[in-house]
Amino acid sequence: MKLNENIILKNWFIFVVMALLAVSPFMMNNYWIDVFFFFGIYALLGLSLNLVLGEVGLFDLGHMGFMAIGAYTTAILNTHFGIPIIFLMPVSALTAAGFAWLVCSPIIHLRGDYLCIVTIGMGEIIRLILINNPFGITGGPNGVFGIDFLSLGGPLIIDSSIESYFVIWIVVGLTIFALINLQRSRVGRAWNCIREDEIAAESTGIDVRYYKLLAFVLGAGLAGVAGNIYASKLMIVSPESFSFMESCMLFCIVLIGGMGSIPGVIIGSAAVSLFPEIFRAFAKYRMLIFGAAMVIMMIFRPGGIWPRKRGSLEFKSLLTKAGEDNV
Amino acid sequence: MRIFLEQMLNGLTIGSFYALIALGYSMVYGVMKLINFAHGDLFTLGSYLGFTLLVWGNAYVTSHLGLAAGMIAAMLIAAIGIGTAGIIVERIAYRPIYPAGRLPAVVSALGVSIFLQNMIMVIWGPRYQAYSVNVVPTVHFEMGGIHFTLLQIIILILSFILLALLYYIIQKTTFGSAIRASALDRDTAALMGININTVIFFIFTLGPALGGIAGVMVGMYYRQISFTMGWNYGLKAFTATILGGIGNIPGAMVGGLLLGIFEMLGSAYVSTAYKDVFVFLVLILVLIFRPRGLLGEKVAEKV
Amino acid sequence: MFKDSNLNTEKLVESKAVKKRINMVQEVVLETQKLTKKFGGLIAVNNFDLKVNRGEISSLIGPNGAGKTTVFNVITGLYQADGGKVIFKGEDLGGKKPHGIVTKGIARTFQNIRLFSNMTCLENVMAGQHCCSKEGTWSSIFGTSYQKKEESEIRKIAKRLLQQVGLWKFEDELAKNIAYGNQRMLEIARALASNPDLLILDEPSSGLNDKESEDLMNFLKGLLKENLTILLIEHHMNVVMGISDWVTVMDEGKKIAEGVPEDIYRNPLVIEAYLGKEEEGEI
Repeated sequence: MKLNENIILKNWFIFVVMALLAVSPFMMNNYWIDVFFFFGIYALLGLSLNLVLGEVGLFDLGHMGFMAIGAYTTAILNTHFGIPIIFLMPVSALTAAGFAWLVCSPIIHLRGDYLCIVTIGMGEIIRLILINNPFGITGGPNGVFGIDFLSLGGPLIIDSSIESYFVIWIVVGLTIFALINLQRSRVGRAWNCIREDEIAAESTGIDVRYYKLLAFVLGAGLAGVAGNIYASKLMIVSPESFSFMESCMLFCIVLIGGMGSIPGVIIGSAAVSLFPEIFRAFAKYRMLIFGAAMVIMMIFRPGGIWPRKRGSLEFKSLLTKAGEDNV
Repeated sequence: MRIFLEQMLNGLTIGSFYALIALGYSMVYGVMKLINFAHGDLFTLGSYLGFTLLVWGNAYVTSHLGLAAGMIAAMLIAAIGIGTAGIIVERIAYRPIYPAGRLPAVVSALGVSIFLQNMIMVIWGPRYQAYSVNVVPTVHFEMGGIHFTLLQIIILILSFILLALLYYIIQKTTFGSAIRASALDRDTAALMGININTVIFFIFTLGPALGGIAGVMVGMYYRQISFTMGWNYGLKAFTATILGGIGNIPGAMVGGLLLGIFEMLGSAYVSTAYKDVFVFLVLILVLIFRPRGLLGEKVAEKV
Repeated sequence: MFKDSNLNTEKLVESKAVKKRINMVQEVVLETQKLTKKFGGLIAVNNFDLKVNRGEISSLIGPNGAGKTTVFNVITGLYQADGGKVIFKGEDLGGKKPHGIVTKGIARTFQNIRLFSNMTCLENVMAGQHCCSKEGTWSSIFGTSYQKKEESEIRKIAKRLLQQVGLWKFEDELAKNIAYGNQRMLEIARALASNPDLLILDEPSSGLNDKESEDLMNFLKGLLKENLTILLIEHHMNVVMGISDWVTVMDEGKKIAEGVPEDIYRNPLVIEAYLGKEEEGEI
């Protein structure tokens, strides 16, 4: 079977990682299981942003806003109306997706850098509104607390570290399955064409506006799911978890990992979530090193740690200095 | 009416801060098409440099040479220091990345921003620092029922001088037209014999220098500074840049002043809590309905 | 103005050809009526009339800056006309977005090749079929058998097209890595992938040497057998002479002449338009 068409061979890295992740919690203490839980959250968020930024090439620096909407939808509907978390997962996804559709429609035509600024503004507006506690439902800077655990019915309540770990990583696994399918479909192809050359894509028969919005809506929906799982694990949500800095981290995950590359996003999420843990010894110098690392990464490997490979195995593209993109 | 005029004055003062910072963004974006995320943190660094001279030096200069000397010294140190910092950042973090395209440049700029912000935190500590009262003029006036301070006057006059100076350089000198040409079409400008390296040197020293001076002014005006303020001011200043027309230097000035006024009016007449939301809404509406800004020119893409 | 008596008969011949064409019972595939496009104060296209008949190769020529690419951009929907109409297969294309126009049956290539550089040649041609395929988001996410079947069909057709243009060797090569002449052919393959009725080519032989131009000409002639109509912008006169059934000449946004190639070649207005300007035509 040709390399191109063998899905397992082409994505071997992902399968290996997923296998490792399946067995590792049994060898770690709770602290590290929790760290890997957050790794999973970042992975899900990274994958959701990858749709927008990696596949289509849209600069989205406000993505945490969508997660915030999902998280707060879950938090508010659960604490005020007692709706079980499991039902709120699709609700949060739909709310975030609907919000994305509403808010991105008027701005979807904006050129790269301008879109960047608008998304930053959007993210900030969401955070500021949440802090200001409109109609008293968002709890202001302290947020909403007392969120239930995720319950799958009967005795199956997700209330331990290892159980949450599996929930998030199963969701990530399903997401990866869906995303790989999308990559190999005309939808994924249309997205990549838009990223390469919007005008050529439009002139080739691709409805650019529709596909850009689609990416945002799907990305927002996934971020909403991440928000739901996050809210239920932490039992509390507050605006500061969804800051611009976090959106920047997501942006960097996609770029440092490799745009449009699923293994790259996993590696990038690992870097971002595990890095602070590994460097905890350095205490306050941690972020200094992180910032410097970002710059160094871009100088020496602007295409990312694990760039997306297309067609014949292009080993030389792994080594070239110039990035893959001609944005 | 009295409140309106006082708020206008406040608005103009804040607007001058935004204008000075916005110039840095506008010049860099115009020529390099790069959003210098680190610029806000350079502004913050300027503020801390001023603080270091004025307060940590036990107000040495002020107590020996007087208030005015202290202020001037602080601004000079900030200007020179941040101007130098700006070009160092460009050489180390941006120059190697130009061939790689715009997205890696964004990540690198974010990296520099994180680095600078945390460097400030490491050196000066995570808590708020304050410009103590004795280094700042506290005289205030009342004229026709309107309350204002000497500091405001100083800031407004100084900003006006700086902005006018920059306007003169950009619009009336040959070098200024070289900058404007580079902002319109960098490659052609280079082909026409314009030394792009000189232009780059200028925008990455003068822009940050102005930001540094703005930092000292902000320190004196609000008296409290923190290592995270760069992000907030930076975003607002960038809004001002867009409002005025990105890459357009007089536009950045106009945008900054207008934004300051909008913010103050919004805060006074709408709601203080939501004033930042108001500012961002302005940004988004401008980008949707008039992306070229107030003074910018329409640029059609050639197919 | 006309000194030689020869020219008088030629002028007669010219109008005979024009009359003959008007009287021919041929299906008009594309028509622009009084098409106008302005950019600020500059009138790039000025009351421009064009007719393209089914099954013919029609060329649009004129000096640089005449407005030819602008006409193409209006026809394909990238610009909106400021006046006049574009009618394709009897339907007014006004206000349609470019992707919609592709669905109607017009495909185009660009003056400065616009390929999807970091995608493989095969993927570029597969992208061309986007408008003719229908499997949507949900079937793609779940990888349904319908979606997989359609994908494999798309792949097959793309391979066939690559073979047709002689690029089957570069199937898995990134588009940016193949030679310039091959990139031009790839762009044509991508355009053909959308199964168009009308193929609009913007300077397809630009940058090609004589041998490559000749191969291109033969290729385009061959396409006519597949019920295609072709409209070209061209500067290489041997291509224009070699394959066009009809030539329209533009200068400064207006039509200054039209006719069969031989007549246009000798038309004094055309010659003046090319040689009277600073640029060199390739006459």
